[in-house]
Amino acid sequence: MKPKSFSYLRPDNLLETLQALQRFGDDARIMAGGLSLVPMMNFRLLEPRYLIDISGLASLAYIRETPAEVEIGAAETQAKVLAWPNLNKSLPLLTLAMPHIGHFQTRSRGTVCGSIAHSDPSSELPLCLMTLQGSVVLQSADATRVLSAGEFQIGMFATARRPDEMVTAVRFPVRKPGAGYAFFEMAQRQGDFAICAVAATVSGSAVRLGVGGVADKPTVRDWPELADGEIDDALNDFAWDLGGSDDIHANAAYRRDLVRKLGRRVIEEARKCSN
Amino acid sequence: MAGSSLRPSQTGPEARWLGRSVERIEDATLLIGRGQYTDDLPVRAGTLHAAVLRSPHAHAEILGINASKAKARPGVMTVLTGREIKEDSDPFLIVLRQPMDQWSLAVDRVRFVGEAVAVVVAEDRYLAEDALDDITVEYRKLPTVVDPLAALEKDAPLVHPAVGSNVPSDRHFNYGNPDAKFAEADRVVSLTIDYPRNSQTPLEGYVVVADYQPGEGVYDVLCNFQGPFTVHPVMSKALRCKGAQLRIRTPAYSGGGFGVKQAIFPYVVLMCIASKRTGRPVKWVEDRFEHLTAAIAAPNRVIRAQAAVKNDGTVTAFRFEQIDDYGAYLRPPMPGPLYRQHGIMTGAYAVKDMSITNKLVMTNKTPSGMVRGFGGPQIYFGLERLMQRVAVELGLDPLDVIRKNLIPAGSFPYLAPAGALIDSGDYQTAIAMAERDGGLAELRARRDRTRAEGRLYGIGFAAVVEPAQSNMGYLSTIVPVEERRKAGPKGGNVAYATVHVDCLGAVSVTADSLPQGQGHATILAQIVAEQLGVDPRDIRCNMERDTQRDPWSIATGNYSSRFSSSTVVAAQLAATKIRTKLAQIASATLNISADQVAFANGKAFAKDNPDNYIRFSRLAGTAHWSPSELPMGMTPGISETASYSAPQLDPPNDADQINTSLTYGFVFDFCGVEIDRDTGVVRIDKYVTLHDAGKLLNPLIAEGQVFGSFAWGVGCALFEEFVYGPDGSFMSGTFADYLCPTACEVPRPVILHMESPSPFNPLGAKGIAEGNCMSTPVCIANAVADALGVKDVKLPLSPARVKELMGLVEKPPRTKQAVSAPSAKETRTGAKAFTGTGSLNITAAADQVWRALLDPAMLARTIPGCHKLDEVGPNDYRADVSLGVGVIKGRFSARVTLSNLDPPHSALLSGSLSGPLGVSAGSGRVRLTPAGEATKIDYDYTVEISGTVAAVGGRMLDSATKVLIGQFFQRLVVEMQGGTGAGSAQRWWRRLLRALGF
Repeated sequence: MKPKSFSYLRPDNLLETLQALQRFGDDARIMAGGLSLVPMMNFRLLEPRYLIDISGLASLAYIRETPAEVEIGAAETQAKVLAWPNLNKSLPLLTLAMPHIGHFQTRSRGTVCGSIAHSDPSSELPLCLMTLQGSVVLQSADATRVLSAGEFQIGMFATARRPDEMVTAVRFPVRKPGAGYAFFEMAQRQGDFAICAVAATVSGSAVRLGVGGVADKPTVRDWPELADGEIDDALNDFAWDLGGSDDIHANAAYRRDLVRKLGRRVIEEARKCSN
Repeated sequence: MAGSSLRPSQTGPEARWLGRSVERIEDATLLIGRGQYTDDLPVRAGTLHAAVLRSPHAHAEILGINASKAKARPGVMTVLTGREIKEDSDPFLIVLRQPMDQWSLAVDRVRFVGEAVAVVVAEDRYLAEDALDDITVEYRKLPTVVDPLAALEKDAPLVHPAVGSNVPSDRHFNYGNPDAKFAEADRVVSLTIDYPRNSQTPLEGYVVVADYQPGEGVYDVLCNFQGPFTVHPVMSKALRCKGAQLRIRTPAYSGGGFGVKQAIFPYVVLMCIASKRTGRPVKWVEDRFEHLTAAIAAPNRVIRAQAAVKNDGTVTAFRFEQIDDYGAYLRPPMPGPLYRQHGIMTGAYAVKDMSITNKLVMTNKTPSGMVRGFGGPQIYFGLERLMQRVAVELGLDPLDVIRKNLIPAGSFPYLAPAGALIDSGDYQTAIAMAERDGGLAELRARRDRTRAEGRLYGIGFAAVVEPAQSNMGYLSTIVPVEERRKAGPKGGNVAYATVHVDCLGAVSVTADSLPQGQGHATILAQIVAEQLGVDPRDIRCNMERDTQRDPWSIATGNYSSRFSSSTVVAAQLAATKIRTKLAQIASATLNISADQVAFANGKAFAKDNPDNYIRFSRLAGTAHWSPSELPMGMTPGISETASYSAPQLDPPNDADQINTSLTYGFVFDFCGVEIDRDTGVVRIDKYVTLHDAGKLLNPLIAEGQVFGSFAWGVGCALFEEFVYGPDGSFMSGTFADYLCPTACEVPRPVILHMESPSPFNPLGAKGIAEGNCMSTPVCIANAVADALGVKDVKLPLSPARVKELMGLVEKPPRTKQAVSAPSAKETRTGAKAFTGTGSLNITAAADQVWRALLDPAMLARTIPGCHKLDEVGPNDYRADVSLGVGVIKGRFSARVTLSNLDPPHSALLSGSLSGPLGVSAGSGRVRLTPAGEATKIDYDYTVEISGTVAAVGGRMLDSATKVLIGQFFQRLVVEMQGGTGAGSAQRWWRRLLRALGF
């Protein structure tokens, strides 16, 4: 469990980081918290030749709020975001979801952008970003582009990021007035990868449900109207569409059942919180 | 924890330390991070580092190993394989006379995933691991046997063909007349249980530093072995050296043992050989992945249990058939878990008639070993589940059935039918106390209330007799009487402790218990302090052990809760010897007789006149500086060693009765659990555990031990299992898949105590560290069985498994879409092969598609990540591929074969992959159906995956397999349709493939 030898770069600023990426491309990986990346390197599931550590880049450690969005920089830790005083007012879904991410020890190093860039199908933050229809800021030395969450994450650990780009920030739309938000997660232990995580937003009659841990990426479904009597069938259809996969902890049938059961709970909870 | 104090209560002139909650003297060091674990200890300059290459196959012949490229790497000193090991060592001795040779590296054949195949010795661990990737091993896969019941079958693949079966030992024992009791029973209650594989994983895994000294031919080894003498002869015989030429030193701090660290010995031998071959010290640190994969596990066990019962709930006889799974090799002291509890198989019950059949089974899994509880968790899972079933089937209350069958109070010492001589206890009083102080009545009311609300609530009970201190002869029960007579009797358990006093009166202690974190130093200090009247904080206990310098006892070490009834007694005896000696010296100075001398507060004084005293330091000085002043006949020096072996530990008798342990404590647990109807989550609402461990030496430490074993019990009940695929692939290689409960998952139990001192040791103490490992898993299982009204309860009770017990019925979707329900049959071990189906359309005629499938150039383009494709035979190819999902990629060499050709309709596509990240093999049928201008391709597949990716990436494999196989056919479509008519789906796939790096 030792990584293959690599060069460690600790750039002083974003420009140097992007230049390094331009130079080394696919041979390089950005490390912020390193919580997923480093174990994968130790197992040699990943063998980058250059590791670019951005955890010290103060210019990327920020939370910026506009009337429409909250932008979180690439070096901002989950712990900082969770402790941000405006979190519950502006991003109530994150207040509910983030305590499920690992433990407070891991959140003190883990970053929001790192989790989204990593694109684990069971992770909470990609699910939240997808459900809230947020976006990802990708920068290269030459250009900056912004992709929607749906455009960004295309599969299991697979994103639309180009080799010379890095995720410099992610943007979460702020709470809509009157909307209700809720989040539930089923994991065997505190901090485990979710067997199934559900996030719901309810705005007027519209219901939106995001599900993580079941398909190969977080998946969202919208219902402009969802009558009480219809919820179970709608969730059942969604569960079958997601399919689900088997592993040693849970089979696909169990995962689908959680979509039905937790889906109903989370929609009801979000409705309670909306007005 | 509250209530602890270093200040003894002054009940008389003598301070009392024993039995008090003295805070652990070990903790300050640990809490400030200064505990030196084995990996932290300094090593000699020039020490080399080893990395071990492990088998990705569960069963295969080794056709050849090519290490030349690895050896040529800079910094690599040598690479050893089975050939060198066979030259330099002999196979390990085993408990049975069966041809089941095992060396420290695989010789000719691998028998489990993770088996050590080669070792690289290099300047550092990184270089050593780099070199592992350069070793190529040619394997020929053999059929595997994973399930213990499948291993019993006649045509099962043989793990050790020379044995002729997978059952190297099959013994039957009969006590009393169980058949008659079964014949006259009102009812026979039967249950089959299937206890999973698990282990209590220590914080630090194995660490070995071996330094061969050619001058004297001595192997000097530092390692965290928790019982270095027990298998010392096994190691020295393997190394072909005299016992005295193998020196093993163990450190003071271990990072936890739990029995697991007994199985370090193959690595000790391996590193000794590596050091001898390289001429330099060699260090090896087991990493977590290696530990989970290849260290040991408690044996999984199938028990077929039967009780003959009367309608009033009286049990008149038991029948147990135990099928205990030892994995690929029988490492000494295996099959300990099958016999360690033999004498006490009737548990807390006064049942006199019993039969036991013990079948020891070999399978293609990691070898089994010692784990806390040592066979007890398995036995009590069978026994206490059976007692719950007796109650259910007779319509009685489970606690009434337990109570009805308990060994009567006042009948101790009680001889159980299989030979346990239960020293003391009062089970009825204990249960009454737990019922009262633990609030059972309120819990029953709560169950009624929650059930009335439609919730799922259950109560479970477990009564367990907790044995402590092994009879070292217990394992000889496995051989028939005649063989035992020839070999000579084996029994006892010899303990040693030494107390030293220096010339300023400082007291130090060494002892043979090799603590693994339990706080033994504190208790030893309490015992010695009690005798010598000094403060335990002033006593220094050195818990390191050295097989060349310390007294030799086969029992030395830390297992089977032996400390509190053996090492403790030796320490008491050694301290008493010192006290007697100092009292004699003091009597001359104080001008009183020796029996009038008392010790307290750092002084020796006249019992009836405390003002007539001499300081302890002065007294010690006299003994050291003026040996000529000592009383006549006294041996000089103040250093005393005492040894102790309890007389009750007789060898097994001719009726196969064996008193397997010296002391027998009692544990009674009950708990209430609630199950979430939606998710299947089991929540422990309340847990009460009562212990009678005889005299408690330190209640604070006892509570810590109870809490620790309870935590693991919760792990076994709800979370922990080593899972294997049907091909023997190992699926639980990280703590993301082997789920140990954390502080968030373990509720605080109500811990109650009563004390029935053991008459068989002077301090009256028993063991307490293993009880909840035995009681908690079954207590929780009984509660779940009660909540759901089910019979077969398999651990761990994960939410998905509980939900299955509740019956999960899926409603089909409203639209008539193709539902790809999983088709593979789940194996008993919980994992399965990855299967799936797919179909897609291609705008080309079937015979065109057919030709493309058989075209090597096309294959090279369609196999994902293919760098190079060579034809090795007709429709048989070898390829180099980079495969992966998302950012994760590995290099593999692939073999692809097309067979069963039915042009242009169908073919069987088979393939295999091997690389540093693992191996896989799979096959599937491809069918082509003309659909107008186009052709419909249907495929199915079954894939087995083993090695690192399977062990660490389990939750990804199903999807990853689907994606990768889908890619192959998608690429075929893309390639065949070229630029023409490429739809949006294709562009999406191209983008995906680009993103995946293909």
